Amino acid sequence: MAQTQGAYYVPHGSHWPIFGSLGMLGTLGGAALWMDDFQIGKLVMAVGIALMIVMFIGWFHSVITESVAGKYNKQVDVSFRLGMIWFIFSEVMFFGAFFGALFYTRMLSIPWLGGMGHGGPTNEFLWPAFTAAWPSNGPDAIGGDFTVMSPWGIPLLNTLLLLSSGITLTIAHHALRVGHRARLLTFLGLTVVLGAIFLGFQVYEYYEAYHHYNLTLGSGIYGSTFFMLTGFHGAHVTLGAIMLCVIWARSAAGHFSRNDHFGFEAVAWYWHFVDVVWLGLFVFVYVL
Amino acid sequence: MAAVNPAIHQDTHDIHDHKPHGFLHRWLFTTNHKDIGTLYLVFSLAMFFVGGAFAMVIRAELFQPGMQLVQPEFFNEMTSMHGLVMIFGAIMPAFVGLANWMLPMMIGAPDMALPRMNNWSFWILPFAFLMLFSTMFMPGGGPQGGWTMYPPLALQGGMNVAFSIFSIHMMGISSIMGAINIIATILNMRAPGMDLLRMPVFVWSWLITAFLLIAVLPVLAGAVTMLLTDKYFGTSFFNAAGGGDPVMYQHIFWFFGHPEVYIMILPAFGIVSEVIPTFSRKPLFGYQAMVYALACIAFLSFIVWAHHMFTVGMPLGGNLFFMYGTMLIAIPTGVKIFNWVTTMWGGSLTFETPMLFACAFVILFSIGGFSGVSLALVPADFQYHDTFFVVAHFHYVLVTGAAFAIMAAVYYWLPKWSGHMYSEKWGKVHFWSSAISVNLLFFPQHFLGLAGMPRRIADYNVAFAEFNMISSIGGFWFGLTQIIFVGVIVHCVFFSRVRATGQVWEGSHGLEWTLPSPAPYHSFSEPPVITAGMLAHGDVSR
Repeated sequence: MAQTQGAYYVPHGSHWPIFGSLGMLGTLGGAALWMDDFQIGKLVMAVGIALMIVMFIGWFHSVITESVAGKYNKQVDVSFRLGMIWFIFSEVMFFGAFFGALFYTRMLSIPWLGGMGHGGPTNEFLWPAFTAAWPSNGPDAIGGDFTVMSPWGIPLLNTLLLLSSGITLTIAHHALRVGHRARLLTFLGLTVVLGAIFLGFQVYEYYEAYHHYNLTLGSGIYGSTFFMLTGFHGAHVTLGAIMLCVIWARSAAGHFSRNDHFGFEAVAWYWHFVDVVWLGLFVFVYVL
Repeated sequence: MAAVNPAIHQDTHDIHDHKPHGFLHRWLFTTNHKDIGTLYLVFSLAMFFVGGAFAMVIRAELFQPGMQLVQPEFFNEMTSMHGLVMIFGAIMPAFVGLANWMLPMMIGAPDMALPRMNNWSFWILPFAFLMLFSTMFMPGGGPQGGWTMYPPLALQGGMNVAFSIFSIHMMGISSIMGAINIIATILNMRAPGMDLLRMPVFVWSWLITAFLLIAVLPVLAGAVTMLLTDKYFGTSFFNAAGGGDPVMYQHIFWFFGHPEVYIMILPAFGIVSEVIPTFSRKPLFGYQAMVYALACIAFLSFIVWAHHMFTVGMPLGGNLFFMYGTMLIAIPTGVKIFNWVTTMWGGSLTFETPMLFACAFVILFSIGGFSGVSLALVPADFQYHDTFFVVAHFHYVLVTGAAFAIMAAVYYWLPKWSGHMYSEKWGKVHFWSSAISVNLLFFPQHFLGLAGMPRRIADYNVAFAEFNMISSIGGFWFGLTQIIFVGVIVHCVFFSRVRATGQVWEGSHGLEWTLPSPAPYHSFSEPPVITAGMLAHGDVSR
């Protein structure tokens, strides 16, 4: 089992990583097969996802067991913190690629297609009828006419929901720090509920976009950036909400003490990160 | 920031676990930094030969003008796969392997900070490459649009597109986890007294490299995800008709790609900064300048990406910005080159195999640096772009740069890993044979490029025949020479009877040399006491 090496803690070997690699191969290989119209892909992907889920449950189970047994020291705690911080940084950069695509197309490629700067000949010879504007689905109007979401309806509501969820989460954290378990569980639960309502509205918004606004993933560059940014954000909210549920269960089981609750903090950091990404989305995708 | 005080003792002291028994248990489930380092290094060596075999196909086809051996599609597959395998399969895992082996030993730690994640970072890689290689047996073959996968060409591939993109996602996940682990290890696991500005330069180079990895690999993941959705889900990121721009892919890709080339060279700088002081029997000259130069190069790497795309039709201001930015990189790189030379100046030099590789690195990497400065000039680049001059340039920095540094590192630390000395004679044969053949292989490609021979073309004008033949001969020679490398390693690990001392080299300093050879399974069970004289760069604490 886990051992200490003198002053240090070094965990014992684990079969979960290789399990996870197989799951990842199944998930992505299955997805690739499915995309190329092999029906077996669905099955392969389902098996892969199942393996991944089992891996995460098993891996976190052993980490939590070791943590609750008090095997981790301060140094392990700092390593976990650094790991989570840099993981979130990598996520920021991932969203950065899609925000970069949004800014590049809005500020450069659309104006160039409309004849700005050295884009003159492109506009004159290929698409003389095109004038630069945003939102746009490009000179060929790919996907046909569409209407964009008003930022002041559901998106504003969603902004308020996520911001409130950040507040409820902070209240829960304070409750944890003063040892007020009932308040901790209430406000943590409230955070999950707010996240779930957010996701519900997001699904409703997608439904509206597809069925009443003709705004789809295929609506040129606007549809591409809109759905990829909000879609990846939604996926992260989903993941964050699942993590919050786990943390709720762990809080209920009394895993956290006033001064030692890194699991809680990591999930809180992640949730705030998802909040901040949403603010960027609200400003640059919906409002501007 | 002072090192974390690990004076916290655990009472849950179970068995002193040594090497686990059973082959599968040891290699599949391991959390040990040395085992994982070995896995990385062996994997990288295997990929070096696979990628090398692809290169041999390329050089065989280019031996003469005309189409002799392979179909053009297969040739394109070879160039694409050679690039992907060498970058993601050979160079990067080799450096991560070296980091795994050496970082805990160099900073006085028992292991990496997150040992289980360390296992996963490695064990994703074989599956990622399984997926990548599987594309070669699919209808339509493997990726043929080059390792950079520019749309729209790359999107015209068949089944390989989704599989190769997902394999790149897996490699990216693996590298990000590896990098997170390395940062956490360096920031959190240093022994007391190992202040940041006392760390060996190899550790510094990896701290900065890991930051670059975490910053740019997610961007690559984003770029290839957009490729995937453009092909399969009807998005228009790289489709001008829908308001996107194929050139945007190149911007996003090279925002990853340029830091990526420093990811493949900064650890090499670190290795050479360890090897040269040892065999010069002098502390490293200008330690702090070396560290700041590394940081400076890393910073500049984020603002020079578009020098890969001077010919795509960027606005003039863009071309100028990226030209001047790129030329700035020559300054910190020059600082490093001069500091290595100054370290050797006046030292009592001996030329064991690691030192030979390190000296060759300094000279040949500089040649690659010079051609890099030529390529940085926008007007000159208009001529050089997409010619063999570019191929010559990046092979000088990646083969005689990164790969030579990896070889220097293997010879330098192999006695520490295995507990035995390698054969100095065969090491030297390997070095001289490599050094001569690699120049025969790549130097003529400068002339080919200047004369206008394009890269990634299976057939060429007869005017280019002689230099191509010379280059191919150098290529086969270099490829065959690497079998000696394997021979020396296998001999050293399994058959050598010459036992290595703890210090191994007369002039070596640093924590890793205070451990016995082979190093114990868990490097440092107690934090070591660090004295200034132990460090390769001498006392820099003023």
